[in-house]
Amino acid sequence: MSSRDAILRVLRRAAPPPRPLPEEPAAITWPDPVAQFVETANGIGAPAARVPDLAALDGAIQGLEAWRKARKTVSLVQGAGRSSFDVATAKDPHELEGIDVAVVPGELGVAENGAVWIPGKLLGPHRAIFVIPQHLVLVVPAGAIVNNMQEAYARMTIERPGFGAWVAGPSKTADIEQALVVGAHGPMTCTVFVLG
Amino acid sequence: MSKVGLFIPCYVDQFHPRVAVATLGILRRLGLDVEYPEEQTCCGQPMANAGCTAEAAPLAERFLRIFGDYDQVVAPSASCVSMVRNHYRDLLGEREDLRKVASRTFELCEFLVDVLRVKRVEGEFPHKVGIHQSCHGLRELRLARSSELVAPAFDKVRTLVGQLQGISLVEVQRDECCGFGGGFSVDQAAVSCSMGRDRLADHERAGAEVVTGTDMSCLMHLDGLIRREKRALRVMHVAELLSEARLS
Amino acid sequence: MSAHAERAARFVADAPRARWYDQAVWLMRQKRDKGASSVPEWEALRETAAAIKAHTLSRLADYLEEFERNATRNGIQVHWAGDGAEHNAIVHGILQGHGVTRVVKSKSMLTEECHLNPYLGARGIEVVDTDLGERIVQLANEPPSHIIMPAIHKKREEIGELFHEKLGTEKGASDPTYLTHAARAHLRQKFLAAQAGITGVNFAIAETGGVVVVTNEGNADMGTSLPPLHIACMGLEKIVPRARDLGIFLRVLARSATGQPASVYATHFHGPVRGGEMHVVIVDNGRSAQLGSEVFRRSLSCIRCGACLNTCPVYRRSGGYAYGYLIPGPIGSVLGPQRTAEASDLPFASSLCGSCTDVCPVKIDVHHELLALRRVMVVQGRTPPGKRTLLRLLAWVLRHRAAYEAVGRLARFFLRRMPGALRFGPVGAWARGRELPAAPAESFRDMMRRER
Repeated sequence: MSSRDAILRVLRRAAPPPRPLPEEPAAITWPDPVAQFVETANGIGAPAARVPDLAALDGAIQGLEAWRKARKTVSLVQGAGRSSFDVATAKDPHELEGIDVAVVPGELGVAENGAVWIPGKLLGPHRAIFVIPQHLVLVVPAGAIVNNMQEAYARMTIERPGFGAWVAGPSKTADIEQALVVGAHGPMTCTVFVLG
Repeated sequence: MSKVGLFIPCYVDQFHPRVAVATLGILRRLGLDVEYPEEQTCCGQPMANAGCTAEAAPLAERFLRIFGDYDQVVAPSASCVSMVRNHYRDLLGEREDLRKVASRTFELCEFLVDVLRVKRVEGEFPHKVGIHQSCHGLRELRLARSSELVAPAFDKVRTLVGQLQGISLVEVQRDECCGFGGGFSVDQAAVSCSMGRDRLADHERAGAEVVTGTDMSCLMHLDGLIRREKRALRVMHVAELLSEARLS
Repeated sequence: MSAHAERAARFVADAPRARWYDQAVWLMRQKRDKGASSVPEWEALRETAAAIKAHTLSRLADYLEEFERNATRNGIQVHWAGDGAEHNAIVHGILQGHGVTRVVKSKSMLTEECHLNPYLGARGIEVVDTDLGERIVQLANEPPSHIIMPAIHKKREEIGELFHEKLGTEKGASDPTYLTHAARAHLRQKFLAAQAGITGVNFAIAETGGVVVVTNEGNADMGTSLPPLHIACMGLEKIVPRARDLGIFLRVLARSATGQPASVYATHFHGPVRGGEMHVVIVDNGRSAQLGSEVFRRSLSCIRCGACLNTCPVYRRSGGYAYGYLIPGPIGSVLGPQRTAEASDLPFASSLCGSCTDVCPVKIDVHHELLALRRVMVVQGRTPPGKRTLLRLLAWVLRHRAAYEAVGRLARFFLRRMPGALRFGPVGAWARGRELPAAPAESFRDMMRRER
């Protein structure tokens, strides 16, 4: 008998009496989820701001210090920033090493924790684009900000097959004496723009 | 008239009888018909907490026999009451006689607040007092809201002693275990003492003169440290604080 | 003294360091409190999370099969391992089949449990642990001392010394930012050179056939988006029924671990990278046996947040190494004794205060499980025999009123006249740090008799 069959057999024999799936509790909401999202994101070290349109977004991105100092940039958001490097030409994700700033679109954002959901289809050919750059800029439509994670899972795209990532701020660690250090292995900064 | 059985933990009976006297006094002054069944010895907790079910179960049976006919059973010990209400079923299984006695067994403060619905405490205790919530009182009997929970705050001990004239209740930083833990105090003496010292330091920093609580076990351990280290603190069981008060 | 008690005594004897450790870890508890209290429905969330896990455990086989079907449809290859040895062989087989010699690994308690690193190391495969805390202890050749903060026992100067030796950082440099960024540069080279990425699994979703991996550092993402081969190792209890269940678990996980409203990264893998391969290894290693126990199956709900460690007054004064088991603290003291005889003393390394139970996001009643495990240890003869004999004697005395009264009178006599004598014998350890109770001349029952 394979391990699989042996395991499943024991699990069935040992199964406790059935228990129903619970109802979900009512989750926290805000009168202005977009304002709350911006506040929360700022609170977790992801400078966030609302911009009214693409032109303003473009201006805001180009005004970022990281962008001004950048030599290699990627933007997956048409009209916002500019790509000095076309990711579509990279045959291998290793070629993405050295990107200073990447602008990546998110599908939705969550007010309770400042997190942005990015399904694989928005990342282009290489998933690494959201984690390998030194600096990350996320762009989320204002109409796609939800209050909490329970609302998010009711709306978000989960690709099957595919990929999706929650990103809540810059990479960080507190593994040395619990001193918070921003910029562990992923991006050193994460700026979030809410568009619209 | 309902008959109350007074349940005095073994170590209170032998080492801290003043607490038992104070408890009896409080209940009698409230007009209750209180009896102290002499056959009682111990609820069996030391054996039960050591995992020795076979040794503890007969003591649980003995307790049910001795206290089975009282309308209520009251003890100045959250830890012993928790043993009866929450853990006798680990020893004896679900049983009607156990269920009956367990549902009628109360720690002193919860008895006063929840059963007798005491609203007013008229008495004096002009001292700075820190309340040490025993873990059994806090997390087994829910005599107060433990700091881990996101829920409205309440404290049955504070409700009573807070009304004493002149009392100043100090705010301690943590509702952490004092480190007694029964056999733990001996088996893990170093950690036990470290925990106890931290509790005392917390009370000292808060300005307490007296540390009070529902369990003489915790207080006995803290007192042992106080006296060894000659700290300027006293311990007193809540029954002693309330012993002169008029309750209504 | 038990092994834990001895190690804990040594730990706490270095009072300044012990105080530093206690405060450092208590800070995590305080952060958790702040995070939890920012969610008004927190207790309802715990209840919901607990109920989802309880439901899942009642249909574990069905959900695992559903996961396997859906994962396979997503192009993920699913393997099953009965124990740690089989797990290691499967992982090795996959790596060997691809000619892999350089692996990066993100935090996985499961792979620690299976001792994967030394197994692969002995077969010529370099495994670099990429979580900063894990990398620190890997370089120091030490085990992790906490499941979320593996190097919390190390001071920055010690890490600075270690990095100077191993990574060539400046001698004497101990600033955490400097050291972390040095590790970033060092590990980035490892990520770029890696031929495979191994991760753990925080949650496996039956409904969609994917796995979720949670980090703050982004190391799991670096490790799985660069190399073409991803192997995800999971304990079979990590299954959740539906994607929407993550909407509950991701609300409680980070807040319980560090107080953050969310971990920085929570990545949902539903298939390999373009042109790559993804494998999931489902591991039993004693979990199915645990399911069969009515008392201990609840601890299969554990989502490895570490909150119970942070709140435990004993863990904070013993340090992780005192436990001598893969996972320390309260949940380790529940899981360990079920797996190994060496952990038999762990259920007693607790004052049963219950704080762990009150912080657990999936409402495992950890302290009751510890008590239940004590009963098991006694029945299985895994406790020191002397203690049981003593308690049997004490129980006899307590069953006989006259004997109880005589012993009580004797004890009070010794306490009043010859307290020194009591410093020896079973309660001797009490007197090392504390005064024994003052003994009254009369017991309460003596007074009651007088009254009559």
